[in-house]
Parts: sequence; C-alpha cells; structure tokens
Amino acid sequence: MNPWNHDVAKDEKDLIDVQVDGVWMQMPRGLNVVEVAHRSKKFIPHYCYHPKLSVVGNCRMCLFEMGTPKMGPDRKPILGPDGKPEIAWMPRPQIGCATGVTPGMGIRTDSALVKDCRNGVMEFLLINHPLDCTICDQAGECKLQEYSVEYGTGESRFVENKVKKPKNVDLGERIVLDDERCILCSRCIRFSSEVGKEDVLGFVNRGSHSTLTAYPGKRFDHPYSLNTVDICPVGALTSKDFRFQMRVWFLKESKSLCTSCGTGCNITVGSREGKVHRLTPRENEAVNSQWMCDFGRLNFHYLDSKDRLTRPLLQAAGQQFPGTWADAIQRAAEGLKKVKPEEMAVVASARLTNEELFVLKRLLAELGVTRVDGVQNLGQADSFLRSGDGNPNSRGAELLGLSSGGRKFSGWGEEIVSGKIRGLFVLGGENVIPAGISASALAKLEVLIVSGILQNETTRAAHVVLPAAASAEKTGSMVNVHGRLQRMTRAVAGPGEAREDWMILRDLREACTGGNSLHSVEDVWKAMSMEVPAFTGMSWAKIGDLGVQLESSAQAVPSITS
Amino acid sequence: MSTPLRAGTENCASPEKGEISSEMEKQADELVTRYPVSKRSAVLPLLHLWQETFGYIGPRGVEWIAKRLSLQEIQVLELVTFYPWFRQRPYGKFHFRVCRTLPCALGGAGKTFAALQKLMNLKADGHEGAMVSEDGRFSLEYSECLASCGTAPVILRNDEFYEKVDEKKASELVAGCK
Repeated sequence: MNPWNHDVAKDEKDLIDVQVDGVWMQMPRGLNVVEVAHRSKKFIPHYCYHPKLSVVGNCRMCLFEMGTPKMGPDRKPILGPDGKPEIAWMPRPQIGCATGVTPGMGIRTDSALVKDCRNGVMEFLLINHPLDCTICDQAGECKLQEYSVEYGTGESRFVENKVKKPKNVDLGERIVLDDERCILCSRCIRFSSEVGKEDVLGFVNRGSHSTLTAYPGKRFDHPYSLNTVDICPVGALTSKDFRFQMRVWFLKESKSLCTSCGTGCNITVGSREGKVHRLTPRENEAVNSQWMCDFGRLNFHYLDSKDRLTRPLLQAAGQQFPGTWADAIQRAAEGLKKVKPEEMAVVASARLTNEELFVLKRLLAELGVTRVDGVQNLGQADSFLRSGDGNPNSRGAELLGLSSGGRKFSGWGEEIVSGKIRGLFVLGGENVIPAGISASALAKLEVLIVSGILQNETTRAAHVVLPAAASAEKTGSMVNVHGRLQRMTRAVAGPGEAREDWMILRDLREACTGGNSLHSVEDVWKAMSMEVPAFTGMSWAKIGDLGVQLESSAQAVPSITS
Repeated sequence: MSTPLRAGTENCASPEKGEISSEMEKQADELVTRYPVSKRSAVLPLLHLWQETFGYIGPRGVEWIAKRLSLQEIQVLELVTFYPWFRQRPYGKFHFRVCRTLPCALGGAGKTFAALQKLMNLKADGHEGAMVSEDGRFSLEYSECLASCGTAPVILRNDEFYEKVDEKKASELVAGCK
C-alpha cells in the first residue's frame, strides 16, 4: 500500500466545514489543502507536491492564505450572521501540501497575498533557469512554462549571471539530465526512494549550487526509472527514447493498455500521423497507480519494425506471394474446411482481445473444432507491477473457454507428427516453434494458417499469412491477471493492409459458415454478455476508462497491497 | 566526549585504503549507539570522526559510513557537500580561516586574506573551498562569523584563535608555523 495517498482522506466520511474562497463546503478532515482546493474545483499550483510521494514542502508554490475560526471568551467559535464561524486570517501564507484541513478553516486560493507569493516564487525559480524552451522536450507539458504564463510576470528583474550547472548528464541507460533546468523539487529522488526502493539520486552542494546527481560511479538504471521523467515538472529529466522525437502538442492521446504482461497497466498512447511516439502511464489506482515499468513503456518500437507483416501472403509452390485480402480469406476458409474438424487445432492466443476471441469461439463452434488452446508466454515478474504472465489476456481466454494456459497445446507437436492433427490455425502472432512444435512437424501440416504481426519462423512456414494489427492499433477489451476487465482504444491504424483480428475473424466466419451477425465491437459485446457468464450484464460502455473488477482478485496486486 | 583518536596514519595506512583500526571502529560503534531511534542520525558524528582522523572525507569515507549505517552513498555525499566544514580533499598542515562577516570585512579581513595568500604563495585552483599550497603545508579560506566582532579581523589557525590580525600579525603567524 502506498503510504502517501494524499489524494485519499483517512476517513472520507468524517466531514468537516471549511471555507474555500468564501464558499463553505464539507471536506474530509485532515485532507491537505491542495487536494481540498482540487475537490472544490479550484487549483493551487505546485511543483514538489505529488499525491503519491511524501510531502517535503520545498517549492513553496502552493502557498495559500489560511484562517481559523475566531474564538470568543467562552472558547467557542464566534458565529457570523450566516451561522458559520467568523474567520481570523493569518498575516503569513501557509503551504497547502503540508496543511491538513481542520474544522472551520478558511482557505483563500486567489487573494492578492497569494498571487503576490506565487509571483515571487516564480521569479526565484526562473532566476537560474536557462529559458531554453525552444529546444526543450518538456515544452508544452512543462509546469514551469504553464505557471509562468498563469502566475508569473513575464519578465525578470535578475541582471546578474546565472549559475552554470552540468548539462546533458547521462544519468542512466534511459535517462538524460539537464541540471540547469532542474528546480530541485526532489520528486525524482522521492520516487526512486519511496516507490523504486533504491536511493540513487540526491542533491549535492547547496543554495543556488544545489545539483541533482547520482552517486559518482552509480547509474540510475532502475527498471521503473522512466516514471521520473513523467513526474519531473520541468525538462530536467528526459527520456533518451523520446527526446527530440516529437513536440508533445502534436501528439494525439489515446487511452489504451500496456500488453507487455498480464498486469494490463493503463496507458496513454501518444501518436502523430499514424506513428506511435511514446507510451505513458494513465492513472488507475486499481491497477498501476500512476506508474509503469520501463520495459512496457519502451516496448512499442516493433510497431515500425521492418519485419511487420503488411500484406496477406499466400503460399504457392513452396513460396509465399503477396495476395489480396479476398483471396487470403477464401484460401483460409478453404483450408479450415479441408481437414476434418477433429483434425484441426487452433492456437487462440492470449494476446488477442476478448472480442477477437469471442468471434473465434463462434467460428470454431460452427466448424465443430474443439481442439483449441493458448500458448504460455512467461514474463519476468518483479515485486511491483510486472507479472510473471507474459500474456495480457490469459484470464479473458480462460473465461471464454478457449485456453487452458497451454496445457493441451503441449501435446500438439506429437499429434501433428502422428497425423492426428493435419491442420493448424495460429492467431495472435504466436511463434509456435519455440513454444514446442518443431519446424519439421509444421512442414508436415496440410493446412497452416497464421495471423500475426511480425514475421517469424511460424509465419514463414504458413500457407496463408493474415497480417494483423498490434495492440496500439486496435480497439477491444482484456482481462488482466487480477480479474479486471479493461478496454483499449485504437491509437493508430495498422501498417499497410494489416487489420484487427476481429475483422479478419468476422470475414473468415462469413466465408466459412455465412455467419454475419457481428459487425461492430458493440455487436460482439451484446452477444458476449449473453453467452459468457463472466460478462453477464456487461457492455462496452460500462467498462469505462478504468475497467471493471469481474472477480475477486485472482492474484494480489503488489502496487496496491504491499 | 570520547578520547581523541591518535594521528590518522595509526588508524589506517591511508584515508583511501588499508584496514581501519579497531579503535576507530569501536568509536564509530559507540557513536551509533547514541541514536537508538534512527541510525541515520549518526551520519554527522561519523563524518566528524572521519574528518578528524584523516583530515578530509574522500570516497572511501563516504562508503565506509554508508555501509555502517545501511545507507546509500548518495545520502552521505549529500551531507558532505552541504556543509562547508567537511572537506573532500586534504587541506594543508596549517589551515587558516579568515572571518569575512561584516565587522571583520570592515576591519580589513580582505587585506589580511591577501597578505596570507601572498605569504603562503597560494593560487586559486578552481576547487570549491580552500586554496591549498603545493607542498601541502598551508591552506586558506574565508569563513563566516567567528564570534569576536569587537576584535576584528579575526582568524583561526587550525584550532587556535587570533584577534586583530593585520598584515604584520599575519606574517608572524605564518612564520610561526613549525
């Protein structure tokens, strides 16, 4: 459990009267003033305060004017004509992040005193700042920039020389630091200490010479290091992967899920003109809070890989040739019918969405194919967010009855060799050769249909290759290892002629059996909620941006429970 | 206070290598016991112990203290660099501190400092903190108030305190360094 959930009150039901900018309202006792302002639809600017980290109160940006009830000689609050306490205002401002509300407290977030304080703080923060916004990656999502506009004066009275500090510091494998941009908020230090559980960063020297650094000889290579780039309010910490790639205001933001493991961290995909430029965590307290691992965050460059499958491929005379979708679907449909249903095996990848798996389920039921299973993909579990299950939708595949987690699959290699299996349909780009089916067994198959994302040994052996969309390129839902049903929306279109699997399966189903009732994700959901017990009463809209807990947590969520 | 340790070389062959004497280890352990609530609080006393023993706190000192208190090195380095009292490199055998707070500054601390610098043949070497002579005999730096404003300018030579140090007295003090 994060001990610093400052945005959640100790007891949300213990309400007290507080006055915010002249309006009396009820707020949980002890909630800090930054959060109280937020809940009152006001805003107190801040740099160092972060709801998920300890409070240090060093940036001074959240200064507000505070008052307490006037007390009468009987030590009871003096009530005004409106029956509410009269407030005695303190002459000096207080910091909102470290002040919890008490009964009758008065808060002013936009008085002359407060504005003057913010103006002063801004002027100090900008004294040594290089003002290099034009070449800074943070520009567009920089708190220093935003608050300068909102609360600063637009000009500086500072005529002396700025302090020089290290620039372009190679802090770690994935992070570059510009110390001159740093405003010394210490969020990164607190993140690595409190969330990352590893102190690598610190401030050396003091006063205007204070400098963020790692201990000489040590590198900031923590597996969650890139979260510090997200929480850095300025452009001091930048991601080597993203810096100088794209101006952030050009990025289209799509709500999606990380599919690099079974945790299903909620993410925002930043893309422009069909190209994904970055993944950032999207807050969901039931899954990943505001964090994600560096591995998942950077695992999107395969989208532009030269090995992407961009056109359907058809095998003729032992060689693969590009073909049209119509031909590919027809060839695949013929293939599925060529062998008897009991001689067919289907790899229903747990990388597919529930919708895709459901259309597949329909198709297989209509064809009478029962030999279906997923493939186990082991991930590298850690004690924080990463799951040992490398498949993002294992629970979904199980709930749909399409997967036993690879137990059945493990026998298929032999069954192909013995001739029991004569046809194989592989979905989700699973490479079945490392998973246990030998290349010689694959060569023996009469029918091998593969839908996938990247070329691999399995796609190269296929008779029909159907190019499919990757996770950032499709809309659908998945169930994570904790039993939470979550949805993802398409950020970019697949390259070339690649299509979302549910569309491929829809067309294939139409070609095989004439079934054509599922034409949109909503249609799929309607049918799915009636047929799959776990999804009863559920709809696409009901899942929402944060997902729905379907079953009591199948596995503990370390970020939440520990 | 515990008894002062003997000269640095008897506690360890060099500040950067060799075995730390059991006497120093014992004193460090004793200092840690004074902070039963949080071992981390013993960082400052241990830094003083190290500097008093070896004259300065280099990487080995930082690492030795961090290990002793189960801290990360950066947490110790933060303190070493924060306090001007702590030195990250050896200073001279005779270390002079010239007060430059207002009364001493008005009383001629600048002249005293310049005289000392000339006598010791010191040049600014770009390092933070004191200037150190090439032979390691002298070092010189400004300090803040030494709490004797009525007798400005005042200086410290190692732990000895001197008042009304003009250029003449400065040359006597340097000459008296044996």
